[in-house]
Amino acid sequence: MSEVQVTKSIDARGAYCPGPLMELVKGIKTAQVGDVVEVLSTDKGSAVDIPEWVNKMGHEIAYLENEGDEFKIAVKKAK
Amino acid sequence: MTKKIVILGAGSAGTMVANRLARQLGDEIKKREVEVTLISNTEKHIYQPGYLFIAFNEKPSEHFIRKQEALVHRHVNLVYDDVEKIDVEKKMVKGKKQYQYDYLVVATGSHPDLDSVPGLREGAHNFYTLDGAERLRDDLAAMEKGKILITIDVPHKCPAAPLELALMLDDYYRKNGRRKDIEIKYSYPIGRIHSLVPVAEWALPQFEKRDIKYETFFNLEEVDPKRKVAITMDGSEHHYDMLITIPAHTGAKAVLDSGIGDESGFIPTNRTTLKMIDQDDVYVIGDATNLPISKAGSTAHYQSESLVANIISRLTGRPETAVYNGKVACFLENSLEDASMITFDYNNPPQPAETSDLLHWFKAVYNELYWLNAKGIL
Repeated sequence: MSEVQVTKSIDARGAYCPGPLMELVKGIKTAQVGDVVEVLSTDKGSAVDIPEWVNKMGHEIAYLENEGDEFKIAVKKAK
Repeated sequence: MTKKIVILGAGSAGTMVANRLARQLGDEIKKREVEVTLISNTEKHIYQPGYLFIAFNEKPSEHFIRKQEALVHRHVNLVYDDVEKIDVEKKMVKGKKQYQYDYLVVATGSHPDLDSVPGLREGAHNFYTLDGAERLRDDLAAMEKGKILITIDVPHKCPAAPLELALMLDDYYRKNGRRKDIEIKYSYPIGRIHSLVPVAEWALPQFEKRDIKYETFFNLEEVDPKRKVAITMDGSEHHYDMLITIPAHTGAKAVLDSGIGDESGFIPTNRTTLKMIDQDDVYVIGDATNLPISKAGSTAHYQSESLVANIISRLTGRPETAVYNGKVACFLENSLEDASMITFDYNNPPQPAETSDLLHWFKAVYNELYWLNAKGIL
């Protein structure tokens, strides 16, 4: 994780609507190719729906960490 | 020395804040110890949730519009100006005139960007502007057959509205007997039909029962108005007879031009104090924040309660102890006659209430009560 340079971090803890995934979609949209966008989430669904969207859109998961109720997921914009 | 509070933007958030302050600081304002200035760039105040009801011709446009001066308390100094620059170092905002402040409340909203996708402005209808809602009303009424495609981009205000649109369209065309000739197709950028799982689960059985088509992971890249085709990220083409778009929104131009927001023009804001990050004298409210919560009138309403309490505490030498807990409330119209609703905050997830005609009626009542909210009475 330490070798991953996060470009932008989004604190979506406690965010239900639009929620962590939609915040990520927004963040990736405005990022440059190669940027890493990190999302902090307390929604356990994020561990499933963020990788699903990332794979579908052809980006990359840089890391996915889980500590207690909190998830830290970083996505590298690939295109 | 008069303490100057400047509120920038006179939509729901700014108007509520100005009026609540004026109602609670009457004596201080009369003694000129405090001045509350509300800067509006328009003389019209539009109740934006009304757009959906304008589009379905449930009410005329005028029903949802008031003169700004009719809503603003007499103790508020209401000025009309187009602010171009917010200078937090000099504690000043600048339009045709300059306005110094001791405390600034930024309530500049979010704005649909119809140029965010090539061809969108020419090719699509929308119900996120007054003109758009009126044109949609006329063209929905004239439509006899064909395919309506709904596309959604992020971020956008009122996250429930696209889903409500699809469900209301179905009922609208069933009532006028044209539904069998009109295909309704809803799309969504992620892998379900709404970002909130409970809301997606609430709507999906309705979609299936009522033959509302849908496609997920739908990310619009381009519109070809001549061929009536929407093109998605994966290169596939989707024909439409009518395209209704919920475009990506940006923050206000003044925020973008002043360099105080993120790349989309939303201002980094503390989620509980609603203060701009690193600025003790600047508060941000409503759609203007970068908070990961719904951009909705109810959000602004609940935020105004804690924000106003803290400003008044400051003015009277007390500590700022009011906390915004992330509360939001949204109605979910299921048709032209029944609705559900959700409430949630940072710690409590939403669960749609049982759909009923009573909740639809409650929404209709709120549409009338809104003006008391804006006046700071409710």
